[in-house]
Amino acid sequence: MNIHEYQAKEILNSYGIPIPRGRVALTSDQVERAAKMMGGRCVVKAQIYAGGRGKAGGVKLVHYPEQAQEYGKELFGRTLVTNQTGPEGLKVRRILVEEAVEIAREFYLSITLDRESSRYILIASAEGGMDIEEVANKSPEKIHTLQIDPFTGLRPYQARKVALSLGLTGSICEDCVELLMNLYRASQEKDCALIEINPLVVTKAGWLMAMDAKITFDDNAVYRHREYPDMMDYSQLDPLEITAGKYDLAYIKLHGSIGCLVNGAGLAMATLDVLKECGGEPANFLDVGGGATREKVAEAFRIILQDHDVKGIFVNIFGGIMRCDVIAHGIIEAASEVNCTLPIVVRMDGSEVEVGKKLLQESGLNVQVGENLGDAAARIVKMLG
Amino acid sequence: MSILLNKHSRILVQGITGRSGLFHTQQCREYGANIVAGVTPGKGGIHIEGIPVFNTVAEAIRYTDANVSMIFVPPPGAADAILEAADADMDLAVCITEGIPMRDMVPVKALLQGSKTRLVGPNCPGVITPGECKVGIMPGHIHKKGRIGVVSRSGTLTYEAVKQLTDMGLGQSTCVGIGGDPIIGMNFIDVLTLFNQDPDTEGVFMIGEIGGGAEEAAAAWISDNMKKPVAAFIAGVTAPPGKRMGHAGAIITGGKGKAEDKIRTLQECGVVVSTSPTRMGEAMLEALAAVGRPAAKSAARASAKRTKK
Repeated sequence: MNIHEYQAKEILNSYGIPIPRGRVALTSDQVERAAKMMGGRCVVKAQIYAGGRGKAGGVKLVHYPEQAQEYGKELFGRTLVTNQTGPEGLKVRRILVEEAVEIAREFYLSITLDRESSRYILIASAEGGMDIEEVANKSPEKIHTLQIDPFTGLRPYQARKVALSLGLTGSICEDCVELLMNLYRASQEKDCALIEINPLVVTKAGWLMAMDAKITFDDNAVYRHREYPDMMDYSQLDPLEITAGKYDLAYIKLHGSIGCLVNGAGLAMATLDVLKECGGEPANFLDVGGGATREKVAEAFRIILQDHDVKGIFVNIFGGIMRCDVIAHGIIEAASEVNCTLPIVVRMDGSEVEVGKKLLQESGLNVQVGENLGDAAARIVKMLG
Repeated sequence: MSILLNKHSRILVQGITGRSGLFHTQQCREYGANIVAGVTPGKGGIHIEGIPVFNTVAEAIRYTDANVSMIFVPPPGAADAILEAADADMDLAVCITEGIPMRDMVPVKALLQGSKTRLVGPNCPGVITPGECKVGIMPGHIHKKGRIGVVSRSGTLTYEAVKQLTDMGLGQSTCVGIGGDPIIGMNFIDVLTLFNQDPDTEGVFMIGEIGGGAEEAAAAWISDNMKKPVAAFIAGVTAPPGKRMGHAGAIITGGKGKAEDKIRTLQECGVVVSTSPTRMGEAMLEALAAVGRPAAKSAARASAKRTKK
C-alpha cells in the first residue's frame, strides 16, 4: 500500500527526523495561502503515487504567492506522466507546499526487504537525488548496503559506519546515526515494505533534513494498523482496481480487448502469455485467488464487464478442489445478471468438470468451452477476429 | 522413494479446527495421508473427525509421534505456529497460510537456520508424493505416481504443469510448491538438491515467475551440480512492468528479474525452457529424451498409443 510524500514525511517527523515546514493544499487558493505562510519563496510539489515527478514537471520552485497559485491552478486536474506511472499517468489532487531550503549536500537512504538474505537491508549513497538508479547501474561501488540482523536490530556502530561512508563527520555524523536508528525503528513499527529518503540533505545551515520521502506499507500487515485504510487516496487508483480490492481480487487494467478471469497469479500470468502467443491482446490481469469461489467469480465477471474495451472474455480456472459446476454457476449468474452478450470462452479443469461444461453449454450464453489452455486461447482470439 | 513425504509420514495439522484447515484435512486424508493429530490452542482434548486435538505441538507429538506439520493458522498467528513446529523438531512444516506480514517472517527465517525442521511455504499449495501422501491444497486426482520431480513458486500454474505431465504419461515422484512470498523456507536449490539425491527422481520440472533472482540462482546451481535433466517454464514474459514507487527494489536487483533474463540464464545452464505454458509437458519430454531416459521412451510410447486411438 502506497501513501503520499506528505504522509510519509509526517511519519518520519513523528520519529524525530527533520522535514521542511510544509502545508497540504487541495485548491490553488490554499496553495497561495500556504505560500504566503512560507514567506513567498517556496517549493510546490504535486502529490501522486509515483516517483519521477521532478522530471515530469510536477515540482517547481516559486518566488511569490501569486506564482504559487498560478502553478497550483496548472497542476490541479493535470495528469502527470512520469517514468513510474505508466502511459496513463496519475491525476494531481493534492499539492504539498514547502519552505525552500538551501542545500549543501544530497544523499540517498532507504530500508527495504532483501529477498536474497531474507533480511531488512539499509541502502545508502552519497550520490542522492533523482538519478540514483543510474548510479546503481553504472557505479554500484557508490551504493553502500547493510543487512540488518532481526534480533539485534540496527546497532549504533553499524549506523555510524554508514554515516561515515557517506562522508559525514563530527556532530552531523552523530545526527545521522540517530536519524538512521529512528528510520529503522519507523520501518519496523510501521511495517514498511519500503521507507526511502531521497534526497536526505545537509542544509547550508548545517542540518540534516528529509527533502523527499516515500513509504510503501506491507499489504499483509495493514490489518494491524487501524489508521492505514484512512490514509489511502483513492483518486490515485483505477476505480476498477478499487472495486476489485474490496472483493480481495487482484486486478490490473491492461490495453487489449480480451477480459481475463483466472485463479492464481502464476496461472493468470501464463494466461496472458498464451493469449499474446495466439495473437490476442489481454484487457486485464485478474486473479480471483487460488481457491476460487462462486461469489468471487461472479464479482470478477462484473468488474471485467465494466471495462468497455472488453470485446470478449476468457475464463481459465484450474478448479483444484473447488468444483467446476460451482464455478460454472458463478459465471452463468453474473453473465445473465448483466445480460452479457459478449463471446466467452471457458477453460476449466478440476473436479466435476463435465457437469460444469454441460451447465455452461446449456446456459444460453454466447459461450464456448475449450479443451485445454492452448485450444481455449486460440478460440477466443479467433472469435474476436 | 520420494522426497519430503512418503506413506510413513505422520501428519499433524496446526489450525485444524478452522474452516479451511478442517476441509483440507479431510481432503488429504481421503487421498491417503496419515493424519494423526490436530493442534488448536484452547481446544485440546476434543476430537474432530476422529482426530485428537491438542493445545500444543509438543503435546501432540508426545502422544502421536507426528513428524510433519501442515499449517492453516491465520496470518496473525502463523509465524508463531511455524516456530512452534520447529521448536518441537518436526522434520517438515508446510505452511499454507497466505498473507503473513514480512516483519513476522524475517525472524522466523533467521531462527530456522540450523534448525532440523524444513519449512515449505508460506503461501504455497503444499507437497504431494503421488499415490502415497498429500500435505496441502492441490487437487490430488491430477497427479500420477512416477519419476518426475516438480518444484514451483506458483499454485494453480503448478496444477496445469502437473496435468500436462500426467497427460503425457510422465508421473511425478514428488511435487513441491515452495510458495510465492518474498520470504520462504525451502527455495529452488534446496528442493533440487533433494531431487538430485533421490534415486527415484529421473528429471525435474521447475516453474518460476518474474521478480527476484531465485531462478537465476537455481540455474547456476543446476549448471554446477545437477546430474538429472531439468525443464522449466517462467510465467510473466508478457507482464507489463509493475507500477512502483521507490528505487530500492531496482537498486537491489539492478534491473534483473525479467522473464527474458531468467529464461536466457536457465537455457545457458542447460535447462530446456518451454516458451509457452501450453507446452510444459513437451519441454520435460525433450529434456528427458536428450539424456535418453527410459521415462521419456515409455511416455512417448504411451502418447503414441493415445494418438492411435
